[in-house]
Amino acid sequence: MRRRINMTVGLLLVSMLFVLMLVSLFYTPYEPNAMRIADRLSGPSASHWLGTDNFGRDLLSRSMVGTQTAFLVGAASVAIGAAGGLLVGSLAGYAGKWADELLMRATDALLAFPGILLALLLVSVFRPSLLQTILAIGILFVPSFARVVRSGVLQQREADYVRAVRAFGAGHVNVLFVQILPNIASSIITTAALSFSTAILIEAALSYLGLGVQPPDPSWGRMLNESQTYLSAAPWFTLAPGVLITISVLGFNLLSDGIRDARDVRA
Amino acid sequence: MNYYFRRLFTLALTVVLVLILTFSVFRVIPGDPALAILGVEASQEQIEMLSEKLGTDRPMAVQLLEWFRGAATLDLGTSLRYSEPVSDLIASRLPVTLILALESVAIVIAFSIPLGIAAARRPGKAADLAVSVLTQLGLAVPSFWMGILLLLLFGLTLNWVPVSTYVGWDENPWLALRSTFLPAAALAIPQIAIVVRYLRTSLLEQLNLDYVRTARSKGLGDRAVLYGHALRNSLLPVATVIGIQFGELLAGSLVIEQVFSLPGFGSLLISAIGNRDYPLVQGLVLFIAASVIVVNFLVDLSYRWLDPKIKLR
Amino acid sequence: MRKQTKTKRWSALAAALLMAVLSACGGGNGNGNGGEAASSPSAGAPASEAASASPSASGEPSGGKKQGGNVTVLILQDLDFLDPHQAVAAGTYEVLFNVFEGLLKPNEKGELLPAIAESYTVSDDGLSYTFKIRGGVKFHNGQPLTSADVKYSYARLAGLDTGKPLQATFGGVRSVEAPDDSTVVITLKEPNSSFLTALTAAVIPNGYQDSNKNPVGTGPFKFKEYTPGQHLVVEKFPDYYQAGVPSLDQVEFRIVSDPQAGLLALKSGEIDIYPRIGTEQLEQVASDFQTLSTPQNLVQLVTFNIDRKPFDDIRVRQALNYAIDKDEIIQGVALGKGTKLGSNLSPVLAKYYQEGLEDKYKTDLEKAKSLLKEAGYPDGFETTLSVPSVYQFHVDTAQVIAAQLEKIGVKVKLEPVEWAVWLERIYKGRDYDTTIIGLDGKLDPYQILNKYLSDSPNNFFNYSNPEFDSTLQAAVAETDDAKRIELYKKAQTLLADDAAAIYIMDPNTNVALNKKLAGYKTYPLYVQDLSSVYFTE
Repeated sequence: MRRRINMTVGLLLVSMLFVLMLVSLFYTPYEPNAMRIADRLSGPSASHWLGTDNFGRDLLSRSMVGTQTAFLVGAASVAIGAAGGLLVGSLAGYAGKWADELLMRATDALLAFPGILLALLLVSVFRPSLLQTILAIGILFVPSFARVVRSGVLQQREADYVRAVRAFGAGHVNVLFVQILPNIASSIITTAALSFSTAILIEAALSYLGLGVQPPDPSWGRMLNESQTYLSAAPWFTLAPGVLITISVLGFNLLSDGIRDARDVRA
Repeated sequence: MNYYFRRLFTLALTVVLVLILTFSVFRVIPGDPALAILGVEASQEQIEMLSEKLGTDRPMAVQLLEWFRGAATLDLGTSLRYSEPVSDLIASRLPVTLILALESVAIVIAFSIPLGIAAARRPGKAADLAVSVLTQLGLAVPSFWMGILLLLLFGLTLNWVPVSTYVGWDENPWLALRSTFLPAAALAIPQIAIVVRYLRTSLLEQLNLDYVRTARSKGLGDRAVLYGHALRNSLLPVATVIGIQFGELLAGSLVIEQVFSLPGFGSLLISAIGNRDYPLVQGLVLFIAASVIVVNFLVDLSYRWLDPKIKLR
Repeated sequence: MRKQTKTKRWSALAAALLMAVLSACGGGNGNGNGGEAASSPSAGAPASEAASASPSASGEPSGGKKQGGNVTVLILQDLDFLDPHQAVAAGTYEVLFNVFEGLLKPNEKGELLPAIAESYTVSDDGLSYTFKIRGGVKFHNGQPLTSADVKYSYARLAGLDTGKPLQATFGGVRSVEAPDDSTVVITLKEPNSSFLTALTAAVIPNGYQDSNKNPVGTGPFKFKEYTPGQHLVVEKFPDYYQAGVPSLDQVEFRIVSDPQAGLLALKSGEIDIYPRIGTEQLEQVASDFQTLSTPQNLVQLVTFNIDRKPFDDIRVRQALNYAIDKDEIIQGVALGKGTKLGSNLSPVLAKYYQEGLEDKYKTDLEKAKSLLKEAGYPDGFETTLSVPSVYQFHVDTAQVIAAQLEKIGVKVKLEPVEWAVWLERIYKGRDYDTTIIGLDGKLDPYQILNKYLSDSPNNFFNYSNPEFDSTLQAAVAETDDAKRIELYKKAQTLLADDAAAIYIMDPNTNVALNKKLAGYKTYPLYVQDLSSVYFTE
């Protein structure tokens, strides 16, 4: 019962956001960067449902477009993390011995380090921008994916069917992609969903600190940063982006829980 | 013994990796520390003179080597910006960040244990569901936004004012605690959620174990069973989780300090990055990384010491 | 001017207005989120004089003067050096102004008054300055000040031993002599009408090397303690040579970088003076605090890299000028609290200010488009606007500018850069298309306009106009006041004619003060003067 609730609510929230993002690609009530100085910091009303910011830009439109940034950062950084993790994990799993030990110690090392601090340092290597934020967060995810892949490879490597396939002359790459990956797909997906929500959280924090996504690119974290100056004059300013971050993190967390629960039931 | 060796190796490797990272980071990005200090009006002579004084005009390799040699003897060098020993600067900011982290740990303990018990008592019932919804929410709300909301609610709306500027620990401990309470609470919320989940799972496991059933069958009441046996045994893994969270709290305080404008590591690190104050950034990163790793290591050791059942890998 | 305007506040405003009109007095710097880029090494760190001006600059609550008391002043950033000769950051100068003084010092109108010097004479050739030192001036360590201290300090600044001046404004000094205990003679290599402003630089004890740990000056307040990242505390210097100054016993300068936290601290009474408070916030606290808002002698501008296409074409620069609506920027970013500019000088320096340039390029999109077409860009072009990301005020302005330029087809990509990168790549390296910055005003127009000289190391505009060069050189060498003024005015007009940059505004500086305080003065410089501040009953 509980399990299905996780999955259902998670799917519901994520697909809601996804629809919002799709809509925002084609339609927003106002042009998200259009300024109307006369309307600055006006509260929620019929014409601006969520109010306006300090330039009179429509907060609803900007929040909607922020969904694109969130999904982009999430998807791209998870992709980077998964690709890197696949490489490192399979290398460690296959090569064994020294390489394994070294690579795994290195991932342990990175995992022991607080994520936000690492992201902060990585972002300051590059110049703050959307792309660099994605890169930094992606690098952050490599170790957790690498672990999942490695344990999968270790488990399956000696399985009879893999030996059999190998005996027929299948290459390592073939074995990895055709035989092993499908078997660890569910743990990779769980990790991916969880990483997705982590990515959104970290992006928000970096942008809030002014080190992530830069104006005028809309980002929820950036909006929170901007809203803080006007906290007492325009309290609604801080609400929409914060609620949206919460919803998306909640959605992906629940989804991740749901997938894991479903797998546990099967197991 | 192999286990400890492995752990120590990981520990050392982490620190080295992190340092290599910070080093290369700051050699790559543009920004001259002397110029950053002097600003727009500086003449070329002033910049050269300051570079010479700071030692940033020497080859990178020399600077690196020197820093490593110093770090090996616990000398972290001198901040370019404040011309003060880095260790002094760290020491002057440490109380803020440490109080924040410790206060958060206290809040985590104070809230997560009752909530965890409430959830585990009657699994699937209203209290359990409510707690589970709360923990999911707690995990999803970014702590810095929670900080902004708390600021909005307690600072601006309710006017419970002394939430603003930091009061030194040595000046007035009570005010120091109060001025860090809101950020500590904001920081604690996601961690409470994590601990509650752990506690609930581990309590449920305990309650299903044989000895609990035996105790129950001997006529011990629910309370006695819960508090006397199950809780005590569940706290061990929970203590570990809290220990591990210390690192998260330390890192999280970097962000939350910005929300509340607290003079801790966060503001020091961010301004040090902006000022290209290499020794300060390196010192701070080394210090934070080392303390996180040491705490994790200690937690790990104590866990194994407390519970001999866990066999060493 | 909110609903609850009270008589007291009216008098505050009236006083502020009067001051702005009479003396073109600005003071401090602006707008909470900062707009200043520069620092003021030229002005050293003198202490202030309260006796000369009646202490009526700020709102004057009724009630008598009360001696003593402690005041906490908010400052936005940490200090760079406590040594006044090494300090370059404007935010440091702001604080040290209370601890140090020079031979001369500026008052709240930007005029130079004698401080450590009692009087001075300038030789007819404009090369030799003779100062008579005021008797009875003491350092904070009790030691009496003599001409040897002045000689040591200014020789150090001019780098007479090392050959490298510590401050550029002392670069023209040939020698500093102390013929007797109360006389100092400074000789220049060539006449320089702007040299006097340099003599506001701090005098420290002869041979004193420990200024960074324990600064010792002659100002109205003496250094007590400093904790990096937290605060700097000064206390009353009882032996200050002006009797009755200062009134306050102790002043804490507390570093609060976040405006929201600053606002809370002000409301809770933890902070008594909040300089450079954001305009939004100023309105919020207007009913419970005294508030001031005055121009501050800062030039906010968008600069072009004139060496780069398409900005080498004056028509493009003019087109962009025509496309900008300065009034909308002032309204949107500064809530109307800013003064429109037309060249690189703020009207705060009324004596030198060339009027009528503000509307030289009155917003005219059609004209802008046709100029672009003439220049060969009928469909506009793409360009990058680099913004120092630490200054929210500039980041905000940049966003409005991007939106405005879009209307004539110029696509602006915003590139936020860290301050250190801005300094190195854009300011020193001149590697940029366009950027936005606030150039700090000085007391002397030469110090402001000399960035545009074609051989200036700080000419990050890559501006080059021989006529401008000769005009400005003539101005600084000119000893006749009226002629000098004309030359400075001409220089401003040349910049506007060439559309050397887009001159936007001088944003107001706002101050919120505890209602119990009086005597606060605003300066056309980045300083806080606490010597005249006192509590009322």
